[in-house]
Amino acid sequence: MTIQPGTSPELTSAGQPGVVDVEFDVNATACQLTLDSSVTLLDALREHLGLVGTKKGCDQGACGACTVHLDGKRVLSCLTLAAQCEGRKVTTIEGLARDGELHPMQAAFIRHDGFQCGYCTAGQIMSAVALLEEGRAGSDAEIREFMSGNLCRCGAYPNIVAAIREVAAARRA
Amino acid sequence: MSPFEYVRAEDVDGAVAMVSADPGASFLAGGTTHLDLLLKDAIITSDRLVDITRLPLRGITRVGDTLRIGAMTTMEQLAADSVVTERLPLVREALLLSASTQLRNMATIGGNLLQRTRCRYFRDRTVAACNKRLPGSGCAAVTYGARMHAILGASEHCIALHASDLCVALVALDARVHIEGAVRQYTIPLTELYVTPGDHPHIENVLDHGDLITRVELPLLPLGARSGYLKVRDRTSYEFALTSAAAALVMDGDTIASARLALGGVGTVPWRARDAEGVLTGAPATVETFRAAAEAAIQNPFTVRGTEFKVELAKRTIVRILETVSGVNP
Repeated sequence: MTIQPGTSPELTSAGQPGVVDVEFDVNATACQLTLDSSVTLLDALREHLGLVGTKKGCDQGACGACTVHLDGKRVLSCLTLAAQCEGRKVTTIEGLARDGELHPMQAAFIRHDGFQCGYCTAGQIMSAVALLEEGRAGSDAEIREFMSGNLCRCGAYPNIVAAIREVAAARRA
Repeated sequence: MSPFEYVRAEDVDGAVAMVSADPGASFLAGGTTHLDLLLKDAIITSDRLVDITRLPLRGITRVGDTLRIGAMTTMEQLAADSVVTERLPLVREALLLSASTQLRNMATIGGNLLQRTRCRYFRDRTVAACNKRLPGSGCAAVTYGARMHAILGASEHCIALHASDLCVALVALDARVHIEGAVRQYTIPLTELYVTPGDHPHIENVLDHGDLITRVELPLLPLGARSGYLKVRDRTSYEFALTSAAAALVMDGDTIASARLALGGVGTVPWRARDAEGVLTGAPATVETFRAAAEAAIQNPFTVRGTEFKVELAKRTIVRILETVSGVNP
């Protein structure tokens, strides 16, 4: 296969160097893709599956905007190859709502105004949902420490903490 | 970035054979350094990535007073281990003060040991002078100024920092690494894995191409030992260390019966402070003793414009962790 500068070759089958077939579940839907080996999970979601809720911020593992769940654990999709997700379960922001009802964390972010521009929000919410599962929302200090991988350049942190605190308290009640 | 082939390794021997036989191949573990440098910064190249994350190298087992940590165990998994939590607080603290939860869910222990430096000159292809990236080209950090750089084990050839927190705790504990290669399997102290830059900063460790770290062996501290990790940084979370220290003490009343001390944020390799341990052992646990240990730990620092502050900061970091761990001033 020859790759011409400035062109993107049509990928039709694997078995050629630099191309992979990959199957994984995204939000409980089975997906099959044939991709260049270098495609990240982030680009597979956004460019190949049309799931643009997951955001590309720094694209370099520094900002957390691309946070998704891989087999239930929060990870950065910009530093994960799609090929590494073979057979795994991916959950994105599009997969949180149930039967048309927002996830409690999504509703709490709206109620507490946990964003301004909204660009970091999908990553913040995916991280916050995982935070509760990890049992690390016991205090404001704990929330701040274990949410530190998600940057918000608008500075909505107090409202983000308030939203998480409320959902954590409701779960404990 | 050039196209590369992705291969999922099915067993250790196969993974080692594939990479050993191909000078352009490399292992892919958590990817948090490797993919960053390969896909984003284009600092390294690889024509074949051998994914080792599904090898049976995940998990922690206790054999007597040693923990065997599979190299593909993630940082979060190790931090959550009950033995680590109870017996090795310095390891747990070093892990949880590293990176973010997302990165710790991805990054492996083996990968952490071999993480590349965060030196911004190394990671910027537009910078011409970098002896680590282009041997013989010089060191822009020495010329143009630095901050997040090493002052120990450094020279005019290279001041790139080994930025791991975990490794600081591991070298304090005399951790050993088990390595499988194409022609030999061997176990060495972690301190002997690393090579200080000297006049060859592109050589960072003793591994042959294709050698794979399969596990870390970590001796437990004696019951009753106290330990901790202190990290000083520009922001309170999700940031690399300016200076850090891991300490473990066994006390006999107010006297220090034995001491382990290692430093981060200051060394081109994870830095064991044996001279300081000599000062501490058998001495009374006082601030004066701790200051004497700090002076012994930071000898002949190599500073450049922007890193001079680390000399005093590192000493104060040592005094502070020793105060905390000894209980003199918790």
